[in-house]
Amino acid sequence: MKYIFKITYLIIFLLAGISQVNTAEKIDLLKTDWSFKGLFGKFDRGSLQRGYQVYTEVCASCHSMKYVSYRNLFESGGPEFTEDQVKAIAASFEVTDGPNSDGEMFVRPAKLSDKFVMPFANVKAAQAANGGAYPPDMSVLAKARSGGVDYIYSVLLGYEDPPSGVTLDDGVYYNKYMDGNNIKMSEPLSDGLVEYADGTTASKEQMAKDVTTFLMWAAEPHLESRHKMGFKAILYLIILTILVYFSMKKIWSRIESEV
Amino acid sequence: MSDHKYVPASKFGKWFNDRLPLLSLASHLSDYPTPKNLNYWWTFGGILTFCLITQIVTGLTLAMHYIAHADLAFESVEHIMRDVNYGWLIRYIHANGASMFFLAVYIHIFRSLFYGSYKSPREIIWIIGIIIYLLMMAAAFMGYVLPWGQMSFWGATVITNLFSAIPLVGEGIVNWLWGGYSVDNPTLTRFFTLHYLIPFLILGLVVLHIWALHIPGNNNPVGIDVKKPSKDTVPFHPYIVIKDAFALLMFTIVFAFFVFYSPNILGHADNYIEANPMVTPAHIVPEWYLLPFYAILRSVPDKLMGVVAMLSAILILAALPWLDTSKIRSAVFRPLYKQFYWILLVDVLVLGYVGAMPAEGLYLLIARVATAYYFIHFLIILPLLGFKEKTIPLPLSITEPVLGGFPMASAVKKKESLN
Repeated sequence: MKYIFKITYLIIFLLAGISQVNTAEKIDLLKTDWSFKGLFGKFDRGSLQRGYQVYTEVCASCHSMKYVSYRNLFESGGPEFTEDQVKAIAASFEVTDGPNSDGEMFVRPAKLSDKFVMPFANVKAAQAANGGAYPPDMSVLAKARSGGVDYIYSVLLGYEDPPSGVTLDDGVYYNKYMDGNNIKMSEPLSDGLVEYADGTTASKEQMAKDVTTFLMWAAEPHLESRHKMGFKAILYLIILTILVYFSMKKIWSRIESEV
Repeated sequence: MSDHKYVPASKFGKWFNDRLPLLSLASHLSDYPTPKNLNYWWTFGGILTFCLITQIVTGLTLAMHYIAHADLAFESVEHIMRDVNYGWLIRYIHANGASMFFLAVYIHIFRSLFYGSYKSPREIIWIIGIIIYLLMMAAAFMGYVLPWGQMSFWGATVITNLFSAIPLVGEGIVNWLWGGYSVDNPTLTRFFTLHYLIPFLILGLVVLHIWALHIPGNNNPVGIDVKKPSKDTVPFHPYIVIKDAFALLMFTIVFAFFVFYSPNILGHADNYIEANPMVTPAHIVPEWYLLPFYAILRSVPDKLMGVVAMLSAILILAALPWLDTSKIRSAVFRPLYKQFYWILLVDVLVLGYVGAMPAEGLYLLIARVATAYYFIHFLIILPLLGFKEKTIPLPLSITEPVLGGFPMASAVKKKESLN
């Protein structure tokens, strides 16, 4: 048995090393408690719905979310709007489809199966409209930044006046947590910017938390079923391991050797 | 290898076995006499076989949904993660499975180093193992390119550019590897093809690895030859099978924690940004299992010599059976070697650490010292140690240390005769 402990130590040692490597040279990010962390972590349904509202009213005018479909909004493990609500949401967007039997492209309201309609036709158009900076697609943004949700949450709340001696170009803003401290997005959130449908007070912190939760779901839509399945799988493995351990002891007891 | 010749019980079995001795093979594998003092470090062979099969099965499934095209690869991976039934599970098993594979192979290699398993008569097993390890690195590197994220693209650019260090023909070779003048769609499609091919080459080599193992039989923690079969050995089934199964289950629990609870911790966040040839990431870092060699590469100021050093660091392992001049296998009986063994392990971990850091200042100095020590260990310390070291006397049989300290050895003997 003592070897098992040694193996475990080695693994822990390696992992400690790896996580140190990954977290080195970073300033402390703002922390908030995320409901989706931990063994049983789940999304806060209300937060996801509010987060969608912030995304669609604030972020979506510049940031696309091209890998997420409208139908995802009512699927389980997500914001879980009703199907009718989502149909109404989708119908408020227009997509170009075609060609039809006359060979013409036509515009129709979006359907549940459509991906989120992009604010700009392409990257170049997005850059042209945003002073040369491309507002990154938000589908997997929460996984595409080291620090993940904490980083995004911090950047949303990290706008401040530049320290003395730092001069910024036109259209560039100072952000405490952004890599390099320069960001081309003006501060997107301010208290009361949106009016939440569920009556929650729309403070800056509340909106930052809600929209970041929504981004995490967008990046990892199966997070809840992953956590659920993980718990069952690991419980199953532990029980099986215990059974196999006793079988092993029984089999090896036929000879004098210790296993 | 077994003393008795296997004869199938049924008539059909005998008829079939005379024409293709599959039943004899199964009987050999089941009866294969294994030293009974093998510890849990010996279970990693079985664990590695499990890793390889897992990678092949999940890889085949992913390949049914993945599209190897520079414009579509990233999107198809997101399609797998979102819309394919349990696609997220299959992809996370495959991605973390690569890390688990390397974790297991490093334990397997360092077990071999500690117990001198590479020494005569097991040199061929060892050399096949090194070739498998090289192919694993190639497969892992090309697999990392397939999602076509930023680290995929830039990692591929950095590593393929190493070939440009070759004098005269370097540039030509790099263009030939790329299929163009930069990493692009032709590079992706050929990497996908090779990534698909290599695991089956590895599978074939694993068969040879095990075949070569079954000629002399397993080494063991005491490192002396055992008579086979004898009371020093147990049949592979059920004794080793159940022990391997137990260890494998422990391993899969760790594996499952990564897959279900931190599936992205071993990867790099930048790889969730689609490849963009116009934007270079701030730090281009390979996967953790390649970091020690990356550190060696960067510790040499000259590009060509850096590549030579990195390749030598791996190839030097193939010469290990002849560099280690000591006749004693197990480090248990080599007090000096044992200390150098642990220093080497720390040295490699240090190399891994500085490999992830920027190559400047103190990190670069540490990397250089650690690189130098790595080669000193294999080229100077090991050859000399065989002549200088005063080893501890070996026991006559493995039963002696197995029973040593056991309070009622005579009672045990009685029990054995009853069986």
